[in-house]
Amino acid sequence: MIVRIMTEGQYRLTDDVRARVNDLDNRCVEAVERGDEPAFHAIFEELLALIHAEGEALPDDDLEGSDVLVPPPDTSFAEAAADFSGEGLIPDSP
Amino acid sequence: MAGMSGRMSTVIKAKVSKLLDRAEDPQETLDYSYQKQLESLQKVKKGIADVVTAKKRLQMQQEKLEQSVVKLDTQARQALSAGNEELARTALERKQLGQTELQSLDTQVSELEGQQQKLTESEKRLRAKIESFRTKKEVIKAQYSAAEAQVRISEAATGVGEEMADVGLAMQRAVDKTENMKARASAVEELEAAGTFEDLTQLGSGQDDIDRQLAELTTGSEVDDELAKMRAELGSGGAPGGGQLEAGKGGA
Repeated sequence: MIVRIMTEGQYRLTDDVRARVNDLDNRCVEAVERGDEPAFHAIFEELLALIHAEGEALPDDDLEGSDVLVPPPDTSFAEAAADFSGEGLIPDSP
Repeated sequence: MAGMSGRMSTVIKAKVSKLLDRAEDPQETLDYSYQKQLESLQKVKKGIADVVTAKKRLQMQQEKLEQSVVKLDTQARQALSAGNEELARTALERKQLGQTELQSLDTQVSELEGQQQKLTESEKRLRAKIESFRTKKEVIKAQYSAAEAQVRISEAATGVGEEMADVGLAMQRAVDKTENMKARASAVEELEAAGTFEDLTQLGSGQDDIDRQLAELTTGSEVDDELAKMRAELGSGGAPGGGQLEAGKGGA
């Protein structure tokens, strides 16, 4: 799966990493739903760090489209309320 | 796909379909799309230039403020050695305000530097994708029938369209932040215009108001501490002449 961290670039994820990102994605939604700003930022940071660490950055000249778009790293809690809802970024049953 | 991905997907689909707008003829579509991509690249370049301009404006303010802080410190020393504690206190209050502003400016400048770097990287990615699209477009033109070409074109345009949407978002965020900094810069300029960091000996009638604002903005204890320190230094080092301050006494 290819994800794009908005304002940052694209990464290719293995299925294993995709599952872990999906888990963090769901936890972001939960944090947003209970209005827990510090928890959201912590989990979102973790999600970004996981993509950075385990994802394979796509070359700049690659023309493939992304499957999932992750909001920008500087996303505020207010913005997150709109972004992380329902099933989050990654649908639970693809 | 819920949330952001849904919203952003819509933006991207719109970008891509806009790119493929003139679809009568694949050749034309390709050239039109490429043209749009180059325009987008130009916009990013302009965006970077705007951030750099805003940053330079803040850096000029930094330089001016740094000079004012040094000057106010000197004036406080001179006032104290001339026995004018009130004037020394005013000078130190202003110095403290100046230092607070300087710290804030440091933060703003590094924030804009971050935005500049981010946009520069975005520009680099977009340029690489456009270049890749250009190569692909020539291949498509040369090798595919009209029907096949349409599919290949949308494939290629999706990647560039997504990058264009992404750069658009990066630009929007940079513009928002730059606007905040501009407002900030104007606030500092207003303080300057009000004479807050001016030579104390040259203050005019607006001074009472400035002093009142300063009293609200600065905490007395820090000024007291600095005043005490300065007094101790002057006491041990011997008092230099305070000629320049004679003029200032009247205005204090």
